[in-house]
Amino acid sequence: MEKFTQHTGVGAPLRRSNVDTDQIIPAVYLKRVTRTGFEDGLFAAWRSDPEFVLNQDSYRDATVLVAGPDFGTGSSREHAVWALQNYGFKVVISPRFGDIFRGNSGKAGLLAAQVDDKVVAALWDYLEANPGASVSVDLEARTVSAGEGPDRIEDSFTIDDYTRWRLLEGLDDIAITLSHEDDIVAYEGRRLSFKPATL
Amino acid sequence: MSKTLAEKIWDDHVVRQATGEPDLLFIDLHLLHEVTSPQAFDGLRLSGRAVRHPELTLATEDHNIPTTDLDKPIADPVSRTQVETLRRNAEEFGVRLHPMGDIEQGIVHVVGPQLGLTQPGMTIVCGDSHTSTHGAFGSIAFGIGTSEVEHVLATQTLPQAKPKMMAVEVTGQLSKGATAKDLILALIAQETTGGGQGYIVEYRGEAIRALTMEERMTICNMSIEWGAKAGLIAPDETTFEYIKGRPHAPEGEQWDEAVAYWRSLVTDDGAYFDKVVTLDAAQVTPFVTWGTNPGQGVPLSEAVPSPADFDDPIQREAAESALRYMGLEAGTPMRDIKVDTVFIGSCTNGRISDLRRAAELIKGHKVADGTRVLVVPGSVRVRLQAEEEGLDVVFKDAGAEWRGAGCSMCLGMNPDQLTPGERSASTSNRNFEGRQGKGGRTHLVSPDVAVATGVLGHLASPADLEKAGA
Ligand code: SF4
Repeated sequence: MEKFTQHTGVGAPLRRSNVDTDQIIPAVYLKRVTRTGFEDGLFAAWRSDPEFVLNQDSYRDATVLVAGPDFGTGSSREHAVWALQNYGFKVVISPRFGDIFRGNSGKAGLLAAQVDDKVVAALWDYLEANPGASVSVDLEARTVSAGEGPDRIEDSFTIDDYTRWRLLEGLDDIAITLSHEDDIVAYEGRRLSFKPATL
Repeated sequence: MSKTLAEKIWDDHVVRQATGEPDLLFIDLHLLHEVTSPQAFDGLRLSGRAVRHPELTLATEDHNIPTTDLDKPIADPVSRTQVETLRRNAEEFGVRLHPMGDIEQGIVHVVGPQLGLTQPGMTIVCGDSHTSTHGAFGSIAFGIGTSEVEHVLATQTLPQAKPKMMAVEVTGQLSKGATAKDLILALIAQETTGGGQGYIVEYRGEAIRALTMEERMTICNMSIEWGAKAGLIAPDETTFEYIKGRPHAPEGEQWDEAVAYWRSLVTDDGAYFDKVVTLDAAQVTPFVTWGTNPGQGVPLSEAVPSPADFDDPIQREAAESALRYMGLEAGTPMRDIKVDTVFIGSCTNGRISDLRRAAELIKGHKVADGTRVLVVPGSVRVRLQAEEEGLDVVFKDAGAEWRGAGCSMCLGMNPDQLTPGERSASTSNRNFEGRQGKGGRTHLVSPDVAVATGVLGHLASPADLEKAGA
């Protein structure tokens, strides 16, 4: 997993709450055998609507999604996180996330930044008034910011310490486990010799 | 300090322990199949990682495998892609695979024990919730998600928080008309589908000791259906006997060493269980489900319950919606329920002893008009063994269909599916809405009840068969 310290990219205002994982990617798109290519199924039901935010030129290349509360509730499918990442998103900002979605995000390296309702509202207004504008997220300082001068939005976001540490270090669960290589090798050395092998 | 069986196995597999972190456990055996493994292999590829211990990994094709036209390519393109992907991945990463057509192919939870790869005192995982089956040998075995599959492939370990310990004391002995399947269905109805949540469950007591290995697998298989993390049974002479001589069983001195270790795998006197539940085996009679979760079951001799019978509002509502989906009236005697299709198979009841018992019962009978009976062996070996014993002829003479090996109608991912409204009596483990096909209605039963039902055309037990003189 790549280290995540800070990111600046085009923000897409998704003015909806309770976007569950079925809406993020419907079940019919889960049949792929890769962890990539799920961008086709991202928000599938809305993508045919020309008014949908990601169908507008200025937001097409967005990497920061700004959504309403209870983003990512419902089914545990990891494909929801993969679909967002496959599309190009690095960060999702929301006042509240579904538990499993937040866990899956941490595993996969997508930053789920939890902010105050009013920050989301301010970002929505700003991004709609300035299509294609950027949002910056600093994981070290735990801040999210956008705009210049008197309109500047800057506030803090919450993320649990363990996930933040893993993202900053670029460690996925596997990388963390592999950092205990010595322990694994030691265990392998003391395994009982009669245990079965398949090869 | 006194320890439970599960604690002993757990402690023997701890690679690393640190406060505030889950234990890192070593995994002795990782089983793979085509549905939950593709993204895990893809993840390895993306991060440039290898399979750490291909020699502790085994893959089979089971979920998508058709059970007819075995010589033709799989017709459904999605199923075919998943199977072909597994083949490519196994080749690329050096993992042993038993593909369709291979003599060792079959349902992953039938194949492991059959090869002698499932042994006492192991940690066994698979991207499939019925991995609990392998606990019958006195191992900690549980299902995992796709990210965890990747984690095990890359590291052969898994971070796990230690579950609580539960003992299920099964006293007395099963009566002649009752089977291991009835016992586990009765237990799940007693404890409800969430009763085992957060626990590793040890099935103990006289009745459990008396079970054969394949009956023990039926019990442990359904641990997940009442929410348990894993279910296990202490190994004993029955276990050793079953393993001895199988392709991957230890031999010579290794065998003696292994047995000596396996004998130590019992719960110590005075070990602490966080929870103990009891069940009197002698009270168990043929048991069937009426609803849409495995906990919604009653003895065959009873009637479909009324939602009003349930005090708990959530259970009452679940009963209402289950009756609606199942198309059943409260108060209908279970025996009056007509069945269209009987499925004998799955990782719960698709082993040779299940088929022998079913063949013995169906011999000399005919499948009822308007009912079809599908017999699907759990593995190619089981199929060949059954054919050698002439069981296939017995089934066919009775008018049942004899199929190739696989998961088949257990989950309807291959073409073996129920049509909307079609009602089945199934020896599998899940009666969820749509599990066996969209709109299909499933009653979970033992192989005994399955056969009697197939012959009489309504839910019935072997005793009913005798009475009917059919
Ligand atoms: S037989 Fe059914 S429960 Fe068993 S592994 Fe196959 S699909 Fe799963």
